[in-house]
Amino acid sequence: MGKNRVKKAGNTNWVMTLLKGRTLLILAVLVIFFSFASPNFFAVNTGLTIAKHVALYGIMGIGMTYVIITGGIDLSVGAVAGLSGMVAGGLINEGLTIAPLGVTVYFGLPWIILISAAVGVLIGWLNGFIITRFNVAPFITTLGTMNIARGLANLRSNGATFSNIVGKEALGNTGFNYLGKSIFGIPAGVIILVLIAIVAACLLKYTPFGWHILAIGGNAKAAKLSGIKVEKNTTLVYMFSGFCSAIVGMISAAQLVAAHPATGEGWEMNAISAAVLGGTSMSGGIGSVGGTIIGAFIIGVINDGMTMCGVSEFWQKVIKGIVVIAAVIVDQFQRNLQAKMALQARNEGK
Amino acid sequence: MDKNVVLHAEGMNKIYPGTKALDNVSYDVLKGKVNVLIGENGAGKSTLMKLIAGIEQPTSGKMYMDGEEVAFKDTTEARAKGIGIIHQELSLFPNLNVYQNIFMGREQTTGRFKLDNKTHIAETNRVLEKLEHVMDPQTLAGDLRVGQQQMIEIARNFLQDDLKILIMDEPTSSLSEQEVEVLFRLMREFTEAGIAIVYISHRLEEIMRIGDNVTILRDGKYVARAEVKDIDVPWIVQQMVGEGKSYPKKDREIEWSKREKVLEVKNLTLPKSGGGYLLDNVNFNLKRGEILGIYGLMGAGRTEIFECIMGLRPEHTGEIYKDGKLLEIKSLRGQIDNGFAIVPEDRQAEGLVQTLSIGKNISLSSLEDYTKAGFIVKKKEDEQIDRQIKDIMIKVADKDLPILSLSGGNQQKVVIGKGILTNPDILLLDEPSRGIDIGAKTEVFDIINQYAERGVSILVISSELKEIVSIADRVIVLSNGVKTGEFVHEEVSEDQLVLSSYKGHGTKKSLKEN
Repeated sequence: MGKNRVKKAGNTNWVMTLLKGRTLLILAVLVIFFSFASPNFFAVNTGLTIAKHVALYGIMGIGMTYVIITGGIDLSVGAVAGLSGMVAGGLINEGLTIAPLGVTVYFGLPWIILISAAVGVLIGWLNGFIITRFNVAPFITTLGTMNIARGLANLRSNGATFSNIVGKEALGNTGFNYLGKSIFGIPAGVIILVLIAIVAACLLKYTPFGWHILAIGGNAKAAKLSGIKVEKNTTLVYMFSGFCSAIVGMISAAQLVAAHPATGEGWEMNAISAAVLGGTSMSGGIGSVGGTIIGAFIIGVINDGMTMCGVSEFWQKVIKGIVVIAAVIVDQFQRNLQAKMALQARNEGK
Repeated sequence: MDKNVVLHAEGMNKIYPGTKALDNVSYDVLKGKVNVLIGENGAGKSTLMKLIAGIEQPTSGKMYMDGEEVAFKDTTEARAKGIGIIHQELSLFPNLNVYQNIFMGREQTTGRFKLDNKTHIAETNRVLEKLEHVMDPQTLAGDLRVGQQQMIEIARNFLQDDLKILIMDEPTSSLSEQEVEVLFRLMREFTEAGIAIVYISHRLEEIMRIGDNVTILRDGKYVARAEVKDIDVPWIVQQMVGEGKSYPKKDREIEWSKREKVLEVKNLTLPKSGGGYLLDNVNFNLKRGEILGIYGLMGAGRTEIFECIMGLRPEHTGEIYKDGKLLEIKSLRGQIDNGFAIVPEDRQAEGLVQTLSIGKNISLSSLEDYTKAGFIVKKKEDEQIDRQIKDIMIKVADKDLPILSLSGGNQQKVVIGKGILTNPDILLLDEPSRGIDIGAKTEVFDIINQYAERGVSILVISSELKEIVSIADRVIVLSNGVKTGEFVHEEVSEDQLVLSSYKGHGTKKSLKEN
């Protein structure tokens, strides 16, 4: 009898390990599948192309993960990326015209990046402010700011594209396109992704700030009673998400050497999918940066792999949707199993 | 000011929209004493404590510590003055582990930013050892038993170095007997070290044991204060209620042996997921119009009986007969159609839909009875709701008001009313008087008796001895999943119930030794 039980527990542990590592497993299966389905898939170049795309979903997904951990959602990320790209492109090609003085100011590259990032942070702050101050649901708040940001992006150029945003030597604003190039063979976006991921993961795991946002998502009322500044921390999280989106907007513009106001449409769904595939719980309190990056890779591999196999874009959407829902179902299954095992351990402990 | 007074609150008022929760109450917290605060629900105890702990701010009134006036904007400020509070409702983070829960809001860091988890774990182990609750600090709080969670809540406050006042709002409500003993011993250690404890509890026997002085509030006003050694339980009850109210004594002259059995449960067994049994061959029956009490300690298997009967535990074995027919239990809805209704233990989480009105909550389970071609016939529904409101004696101005505008007692009546509207033959009540004041309890008991008179058979779970003794025609006692006693009304005594409720643990232990 006793022996049987040990064996059974061993079995569940094995299943558990499999379930916990499922995102990596799915990724591996996808890579193997596409390697067979498309002869050109398993190659360094393909890998770098995918990584270049993944950097965009990944960076956005990290900001999204933070937001979802607090129990919120940020729908404005795609539009913010579009807006910050337009701000950067506009500053490079047209500078900033101050009408009353009749002058046009051209900024240096560091300032251009700083201002564009600040636009994202500002919208993030606005999200946080509205959500915490007026108690508006995050879904509605960011749905609103999504439209605002998208509208502003179009207004900047009246819907037109800023093309060839490389700057001019004479104006001293060249170099923006390096954000879209590779350094020692590695795309700049990937390097930025790694940097942001390390900082975000450390913040979450090793600092009181990380604990606090986990606490807010786990039990906001208890967080408040524990003396945690819920409003301030929540706002900071949305600002971080805005920052990540702005960076994505700039990288994307640099990769294309053009800023288009429709850039980032629908990307919020990729960011949310990456977070959810990576095990972030939509009800808040649970999530990790590493998981989200794996999630972003899954989405990237599905996108590019299917494109290489000649699957139409429409079918790609259907399949991505199925994968995300399946991931959540498995996630739920794992949580139930885990709870069951905890209960079992508790009973045996007695 | 007396130097034994560590905190003096003067003329505290707290007005919420529509109600005056606290009306000009002055209160002294004495150093090194267990200062007990009691009163019925809504008397203002918790409100007063929230003001002292900085969770809420008084509408008017002043507080003094060491002769200086103090005011707390939030819990952090109160904590800086040495005031800690153990909340009535658990305020843990289920998604975080034990040490994260204990140190939340007071993290230790190496350098400025890096969390010092080594210290966190070491300190957690130290505190838990002191509380005699050794557990892995890495366990998720959500995976713990309720009693353990309560201990975490308590442990959080033990870490404070310069604690002067510790407020405990019903800390024992989910603790076992032994856990309560440990807690009491620690409380004594605290008071010996000069820390003042403010203790709120509904368990009067407990107060007589651990308390030094008692302050009684009623309807937000100060009523009386006395040293525990000078008073007894009846005195406290009298002060709380205002008049000599006690549970109504029942006197039903019915020859039960001649009444037919409505429900018969045979060999009910429910396996535990980790081995062992939650219910172990339980047999009992219920007669028409009878109130059968089920008594037992927490975890004895009382709620599980209800869950089996209502079809929530498909893994159970054994037979359940209604009116002599073997039931095939498929689903909860099916059981409602079979004539069962349940009033769950957790009123807020399982009994009510907070976003709906009083009326809608009442008609929720029986909506289909008021439909015509799939649409709800409003007139028919309203008739039933109005009749039911009268029936269950809810004082309500308008049935379209939100359910949360009612007091806890009236909310409970609504949950009972909802069950009754499905026209059950058998009503299952799980702790129907939990968290409601004595006045409302009496009314809830009246309602239960009234339905029993009309022929509804009632199963009622209660943890309160006096309550179950006064209300039940017959009581069965569960202990560790085993039925250990059965007493009819005339022979029920509190001593016997308590004795029986421990029996199951004894037998299990002796079994193990063999």
